[in-house]
Parts: sequence; C-alpha cells; structure tokens
Amino acid sequence: MKYVDEFRDGQVAQGLARAIAAEVVPERRYNFMEFCGGHTHAISRYGVPDLLPPNVRMIHGPGCPVCVLPIGRIDLAIMLALEKGVILCTYADTLRVPASGRLSLMRAKARGGDIRMVYSVTDALKIARENPNKEVVFFAIGFETTAPPTAEAIRQAAKEGMKNFSVLCCHVLTPSAIINILESPEVRVLGTVPLDGFVGPAHVSTVIGSRPYEFFAEEYRKPVVIAGFEPLDVMQAILMLIRQVNEGRAEVENEFTRAVTPEGNLKAQKLVSEVFELRRTFEWRGLGEVPYSALKIRKHYADLDAERRFNLEYKPVPDNKSCECGAILRGLKKPTDCKIFGNVCTPENPMGSCMVSSEGACAAHYSYGRYKDAEVSA
Amino acid sequence: MCLAIPARVVEITDSEQAIVDLGGVRKEVSLALVEGIEVGDYVIIHVGYALTRLDPQEAEKTLALMADAELTPTEAAS
Ligand code: SF4
Repeated sequence: MKYVDEFRDGQVAQGLARAIAAEVVPERRYNFMEFCGGHTHAISRYGVPDLLPPNVRMIHGPGCPVCVLPIGRIDLAIMLALEKGVILCTYADTLRVPASGRLSLMRAKARGGDIRMVYSVTDALKIARENPNKEVVFFAIGFETTAPPTAEAIRQAAKEGMKNFSVLCCHVLTPSAIINILESPEVRVLGTVPLDGFVGPAHVSTVIGSRPYEFFAEEYRKPVVIAGFEPLDVMQAILMLIRQVNEGRAEVENEFTRAVTPEGNLKAQKLVSEVFELRRTFEWRGLGEVPYSALKIRKHYADLDAERRFNLEYKPVPDNKSCECGAILRGLKKPTDCKIFGNVCTPENPMGSCMVSSEGACAAHYSYGRYKDAEVSA
Repeated sequence: MCLAIPARVVEITDSEQAIVDLGGVRKEVSLALVEGIEVGDYVIIHVGYALTRLDPQEAEKTLALMADAELTPTEAAS
C-alpha cells in the first residue's frame, strides 16, 4: 500500500540502524518513551529494539486508550447493558477488558446484555435510528483522535433530535498524561524511570498539532520528536532524539510532516471544544486520578450524556493484585516483570488491560517478543 | 485501536462522505472533520473518519531523509 510499504523498507531500516549506531555516544545511555500504543505495537512487531545499540532503550508509555481505561468505567458500561437494558455500542478493543466480578463486556454479552461491536460511532447512530424504542449508548473511549468523531456524532444526534441515543464519554487527553509522567516521583526524584526524550504521538498530533508539546520541551527540558506509526518513522525519530540529546537540545521536532502541522486540524479542534469541556479530574488505570485529563459532554448536549441520563456515579475499583499494568503504564516495569505474563495472562484470557489491545505493552510483547525475551531472561 | 491508515479518495459522494480505496477495498468514510479534500488525495482514516490529508511532497522529503541518514551524520557525531 502506498505511504505504508515505503515506510517499512528493510534496507532503509538497516541504513537508519547504522546511522544510529554511528551517532550514539558509547558511554551514554539513552532512554526514550514512546507515548503511543501505536508505536509500542510497531516497535514490537518490527523488532525495532534489535536494530538499536544496547545503550538505547525504549520505554512503553501510557498511550493505549484501552489500557488506561479503569475497571470502574467498564463496570458502568456493563451496568448499563445488564441492568438498564440499553443497547451498548463499543469499539472492539474494549470488549475483553477485565472488569469487576470476573466480568468483561464480552462476558456480559454472554449473560444476555445487548452489547454490539461497532467500527465507527456512525454505526451506533444507525443502530439508534433503527431501534427507536430502545436506549442506545455509545461507549466512547480513546484519545484526541477518536474524540472528534464522537463530537461529530453528538452534534448529528442533536441535529436530528434523537431521543434514544447517548454517549458514555471516556475520552482522555495526551498532554495531561505526559505531564503526569514527567511530574511523577519516579521521573523527578527517584530516577527509577530515566527519561531522555519522547517519541510523540502520530495521529493524536494530526489533530492537536505539534505545538502542545513545546511546553514539555521548554519546561521539562525533554526533547520530543513526533513520529508516524511505521517502523522507519520510529527509527528516524529515534535518530533525531539521539541527535538532540548529543547536542544538548530539547526541542519539538516533527518527523511526521506528511500528516502533522504545528496547528493541527482546526476544524476537528473546534468541533471538540464545541461539544466537550474538560473534566476536573479523571481516573486512569496506572496513573490514578489525573487533573484535567479527560473530556465530558457540555451542558448544552446534556440529553446526550449517558452519565446524566442514567444518573451514573463513578466508583473506583482496584486492579487485580497480581497485575503490573499500573507500573508498566508508568514506565516502571516491563511486561516480563509480571509473574503471570504469558502463563496465566494471555491475549486469549487477559487478566489486565495491557494484554487486551494489540497496542498494549503486554499484548505486543506476547505476540511478537515473547520468545526473544524468554531467551534473554533465561 | 489507534491504528489509522492512509487511503486514496476515489469518489466524493456528497460534501461530507467519500469512498476511499484501502489497498483494493472500497470503503465509505466521513469527511466531516477535514476540509478541501479532492478525489485523488490521500487521507488518514481512523474509525470511519478522515483525520487529515496526507502531504505527498512531505512524504517524499521524509523518505529521502531516511534513505540518506547514513550519509549525513551531524557534526556532533563526526
Ligand atoms: S501480563 Fe497481564 S496481568 Fe501482567 S501486567 Fe500484563 S496485562 Fe497485567
């Protein structure tokens, strides 16, 4: 496919690997966090770590929307389906996330909940039009990439005067999560998560632009290179980060110029701010309560807000004790540090959220890096 | 679920809908979030919506940069 295959070329990857090897300072360590699950996936799938010198280490970040969704939010969705009898529409990835009481949306469906997987929020609108006598709720998750489609659907539903459609909004924001990591004691004081720079989000940045990251570069002196989701994009971004570190620079650079501009997609931003406002705080799996890190539906669209419509009250639920997802999402641990990784917890039977989506650190490691990791630790 | 793919617009059905070609598969997508898209443009598709137009010239530049990475070490490294 055009604009995909060229960015996966093995020979060019080898060239980039040699350039990286030539430019790293041998006595220095380079620790870079890839924020996005999309990058985590690409890095594992294409074996990027094998192409990097041993002193360049990639740390997985919390940018997988499925992974950071706390149990309490999934419980709300399950409750809507099982107790309120709504048709609950959701993206495929949320179906298998473990919730309270050994349930998941998938298991709730087996118990008779009308839970439907949709590819797009427009499918949920369609289901609502076809079932005028049923309440239809769209379980909206995701970062700045999926928020604009949800906003558009809310506006559309309002325009059509739909009475049976609402949205359980769990959209979260990238910059607040990055700040949370930079402010964490592990990064600031303890130094247990050494961070020399970020590979910045690809598609999130097409929407918000490269400008929001300038704050991190300036305030925290961390280089950021926005990169596309193909393996060569990631390699090129790592090379650019290494150059910044070597030259003592901390700037925002853009490797993904084919899709990302400084100001981003203004039309999408306008739509998002028309429909949503910031939540004062929102709980993330792994990061805990993060101030101003998520969106809620504005009062003007209150009728379309499932939280208001069904008087939902969020209750935090602690994670499974043996699951290390929290520490993994904060960059503190690797999937293989979890005792139940690959034995009890597998993509077929996930115990934690990081094992669910192919962008989750545990699932990516399991699918592409399992055997290699086993060799190393043996 | 963040994976989004570049696809070529082959038909604009009305101002906010288009058909794209995704590696041989035709798919209907919404253009509600983008502006000024024309047939032949490449767009990045995510959950049924075009998020942005892909700039072919910038793509060429990036590819050239990658291909030359080895030949153009920075001063700091040399
Ligand atoms: S292997 Fe499973 S239980 Fe362990 S941290 Fe990963 S997702 Fe959680």
